[in-house]
Amino acid sequence: MSSDATLASYASRLGDNALILGQRMIELVAASPELEEELANANFSLDYIGQARMYYTYAGEREGAGRDEDDFAFLRPEHDYKNLLLVEQPNGHYGDSTVRQFLFESWYVLLLEALTRCSDEGISIIAARAIKEVRYHLRHSSQWLVRLGDGTEESHARVKASLDDLWRYTGEMFAPDDLDDEMRAVFNGPHLEVIETQWRENVAAVLAEATLDMPDDQWMASGGKQGQHSEHMGFLLAEMQHLQRAYPGATW
Amino acid sequence: MYTQGLDQAGKGGPDTREAESRAQLDAFQARIDAEEKIEAKDWMPEAYRRTLIRQISQHAHSEIIGMQPEGNWLTRAPTMKRKAILLAKVQDEAGHGLYLYSAAETLGVSRDEMVGDLLSGKAKYSSIFNYPTLTWADIGAIGWLVDGAAIMNQIPLCRCSYGPYSRAMIRVCKEESFHQRQGYELMLTLCRGTDEQKAMAQDALNRFWWPALMMFGPNDAASSHSAQSMAWKIKRFSNDELRQKFIDVTVPQAEFLGLSVPDAALWFNENTEHYEHSDIDWQEFFDVISGNGPCNRQRLAKRRKAHDDGAWVREAARAYADKKAAAEAAA
Ligand SMILES: [Fe+2]
Ligand SMILES: [Fe+2]
Ligand SMILES: [Fe+2]
Repeated sequence: MSSDATLASYASRLGDNALILGQRMIELVAASPELEEELANANFSLDYIGQARMYYTYAGEREGAGRDEDDFAFLRPEHDYKNLLLVEQPNGHYGDSTVRQFLFESWYVLLLEALTRCSDEGISIIAARAIKEVRYHLRHSSQWLVRLGDGTEESHARVKASLDDLWRYTGEMFAPDDLDDEMRAVFNGPHLEVIETQWRENVAAVLAEATLDMPDDQWMASGGKQGQHSEHMGFLLAEMQHLQRAYPGATW
Repeated sequence: MYTQGLDQAGKGGPDTREAESRAQLDAFQARIDAEEKIEAKDWMPEAYRRTLIRQISQHAHSEIIGMQPEGNWLTRAPTMKRKAILLAKVQDEAGHGLYLYSAAETLGVSRDEMVGDLLSGKAKYSSIFNYPTLTWADIGAIGWLVDGAAIMNQIPLCRCSYGPYSRAMIRVCKEESFHQRQGYELMLTLCRGTDEQKAMAQDALNRFWWPALMMFGPNDAASSHSAQSMAWKIKRFSNDELRQKFIDVTVPQAEFLGLSVPDAALWFNENTEHYEHSDIDWQEFFDVISGNGPCNRQRLAKRRKAHDDGAWVREAARAYADKKAAAEAAA
């Protein structure tokens, strides 16, 4: 792979994680448990949409084929999206979405930290901007996880089940594929094994405060990074791409 | 504390408030006439307080319910830029709601009470949000017409005699006029687009024009609260005056878009320099206000579901906060 192609694919994959998670969060608008959370959710999803725009625009530049952010977001087939399975999981109840945010953001913040030190300036600049936002998101999702875990009996039971359900989607975050290897070799990209160790430590600390046990290591789902998604993904894309697909070539 | 005083009065308990003497009422009116701002801790007639609570909480509810028709297109916004703009707008509306609930709370009513009244159907909100958003163009029409009408209503409220409300309105108006411009720009893009897009824009105007005019409320002759609100300088212009202003500003904007306003009898009166329009279907207005609009039940059901689904979450947050407080007290 040429170095431009590596950067384009890597930036596009980062964009997919941000967009698909942002899209899931957008579904929660006007459905939050309180008004303050309504604002936080809108604010954070806007951050993710903003990050996706930066990643896609950069991917388009590196690719050099004239694709812009909207071509990446709206006009690719499902297999071209390389986001983690975790971020496409449906919102479920508030415990489910909180755990999804927490597990992802715990990983993403470490990934971004590493990316601020990568040798490609384009990626490192975006990472430096994104990390400020995501640190704040992670603080928020961690606080909610603790409240739910150490709240009532009911909330503890619910969030424990969410954690057990979603844990299987964490393995993929740490399994390097060719693109990860190349990013690391050529651009001093993230070392996923190191990130996994840090992630386990950080997650364990928050779970302890939330009086939740770390789930046993179980069978791990994978495929998102290769474009093999869950059944949920097709519906998410159908909804998101609807206008672009229904009116090809129109300007909005 | 007037919070407790209000509760007692509301529950029919002994009314410990001083009787409102003529002298107090005169002094209050003199302050209003001198354009002084009334602040939360100042003495005010009970009817003034109640009028403001009703108006500000209705406004807050409207911001919150208003997130739904626009939220309806968030997942389907056609470009990343439009998605970001719409999301920022919806976030602003949530902020307006929060800000307005806080302004109402200065008058001695809690947010829980106000939200309770919304969920029970006792409190009203703007009729416009009971109309569906059926196409992407509706998002443009809402920004242009609904935020546009809201600004007409709210600019005079920036000078409202009640300080906290007037300050809230100054902040809110800035954002609403931003929304209005973005909505108009969206319409302009559609109108310069394909025939299908232009038809979409015309259809949105057709559906939102009359409901937007209804946002200003009943005709002056039929408006029950107006005279006293004017005297108290809560209101500065009558419903019909504001509606006329809106029409005068908006019709040329529609012409610039190349769209036709769905009123065959609309004409510009050179003598008065105002547009004359057909009668508004007041039956529709009163139907929608009293619960029989296309989306009333859907909007409230969604609000109630969010509230009910969130009950265990709020309970957990309270339980956790209590545990922390107890642990700190013990330490
Ligand atoms: Fe607003
Ligand atoms: Fe408003
Ligand atoms: Fe607005």
